[in-house]
Amino acid sequence: MASPSTPVRTAAPARGRAPARDVAGLGVGRALGFVAPALLLIGAFLIFPALWTIYIGVTNYRLTGVEAVSPSMVGLSNYTRALDDALFHNALWLTMLFVLGSAIIGQNVLGFTLAWVLRRARPAVRRTVEALTLLAWILPSTVVAYLWVAFYDRDGGTLNSLLGTPGTAWLIDYPMACLVVFNTWRGTAFSMMLYSSALQAVPPSQLESARMVGASGWQTLRDVVFPHIRGHVLTNTLLISLWTANDFSPFLLTKGGPNHESETVPVYIYNVALQGGELGYSSAISFLLLIANLLVSLVYLRLLRRRS
Amino acid sequence: MTSFVLRRIGFYVLICAITLFFAVPMLWIASAPFDASPGLGVHWPDWTLENFRKTLAHPYAMHSMVNSLLICVTTAVAVTAFAALASYALSRVRIPGRDALLYGLLLLSSVVTGTAAMVPIFVMMFQLGLIDSRFGVALVMTGGLLPAAIFILKDFVDAVPKSYEESARVFGASTLQILRDVVLPVARPGLATIMVWAFVNSWGNFLVPFLLIRSIDKQPGAVLMQTLTDEGGSVNLQVLPVFSLLFSIPVVVLYLLVNSRYGFRFHGGIKS
Repeated sequence: MASPSTPVRTAAPARGRAPARDVAGLGVGRALGFVAPALLLIGAFLIFPALWTIYIGVTNYRLTGVEAVSPSMVGLSNYTRALDDALFHNALWLTMLFVLGSAIIGQNVLGFTLAWVLRRARPAVRRTVEALTLLAWILPSTVVAYLWVAFYDRDGGTLNSLLGTPGTAWLIDYPMACLVVFNTWRGTAFSMMLYSSALQAVPPSQLESARMVGASGWQTLRDVVFPHIRGHVLTNTLLISLWTANDFSPFLLTKGGPNHESETVPVYIYNVALQGGELGYSSAISFLLLIANLLVSLVYLRLLRRRS
Repeated sequence: MTSFVLRRIGFYVLICAITLFFAVPMLWIASAPFDASPGLGVHWPDWTLENFRKTLAHPYAMHSMVNSLLICVTTAVAVTAFAALASYALSRVRIPGRDALLYGLLLLSSVVTGTAAMVPIFVMMFQLGLIDSRFGVALVMTGGLLPAAIFILKDFVDAVPKSYEESARVFGASTLQILRDVVLPVARPGLATIMVWAFVNSWGNFLVPFLLIRSIDKQPGAVLMQTLTDEGGSVNLQVLPVFSLLFSIPVVVLYLLVNSRYGFRFHGGIKS
């Protein structure tokens, strides 16, 4: 559940699709019984925690040692505190950088470039590149994180010996750049696959006539290809932005350091809650993150509905 | 003509650059496990299997793999079972408010993430006394994966021809018999996909067990890797690469298996 898990291929629940025919004779009562166990688990471990975030967020709940002190209501003071919290502003800014650099630009551009370029490549070339990017995507995220920790390592990491820059501590000197490259690397396969299937919807005849009238590659992309795949670009960008903004793996590479320089919002929430013990304040920030997720998801669903 | 040649050259330079970008970090996981002095940049490894011996002898390495298996098999089975029941009912019966429910599920699966709900989940499990419980971790993961699982699976169940059920009905099969003997076998590719998807997602999940598991002998592999990097103040370079490799194998094998048997339909976040 830390990992994003929204189905993309499936359209939003369209009304009237697959008319229900109750041939099994379930009836509404037993059908509800079939749905109940799942709803119970979702309620207990997803809906309830989400609602509880709101409550804890308006208390001064603290964790001291292992014992929790009984909290009291503090109104919206956690939220006003967030307004003035330089570290929270820093986390917001870094999250925006992370999303912009690795999702909106990195994965999008690299994914589209690969989909576009591999379209006409030899099958062997195509399969090799696809297999490599897919492997980066399916490896467990902890493995990928440590693979990059080793890659960036100060003493003899691969990057230093490739560039001939021994002793450069990349994760300490340029933590955000490291995170952006890492996340671009492991997430590009998703954009690539989405765009490959999107590009199949572009009528070849239109590409052909663009070539006939002598349109440049860029003009073809802008005036012929892009109008066809605009929906995919939006969907893709929204989804990968959402996943990146909620990604906890910066913690695995830098723990948010050095000196908060790579502390994105999820890592900040963790540090405030479990290092600082301030459950109330971190819940307020969690709730802000939830609201942001909700807004992005609503935009996404609206777009899905319009397309279907 | 020259522009054609230039474009070809540009194409290959681009492909080579991108391939290198993806291949070079991967070399670590391919070579470091077999290298007598791992983590020392680009060099031809000094081949050895000593690291494997060290990893197998490590007090917690293999044990954490068992913990991962326990947690992830429980999660995958629970997700598949509950999602199958729910998606079948949602597919065949027009429960009042069904569309709103599905819409809500889709929204939930993307809005409430582990990172946004980590504090209440931690507090809740703390108060339930489920801190340091592998079963507790499996429960939280199951709850987190179910909405998307129901959503994906309903698509598969919708595609099962209803005439099969009708003929079974004619022959006097009961509801449970129809579900067990007709619907589930036909929807098997969907069930396999969901099970693999749930397994892979929980196998790679770091945050939930990291929050909820305290003692090292209950840590799953994802958390043990974190422990291995801090062990004795320095990275355990003999165990970590081998462990990474072994820890990746189940995921890659499952992916290839599903891909070859059912052809992997690419469901959005089929993996993180």
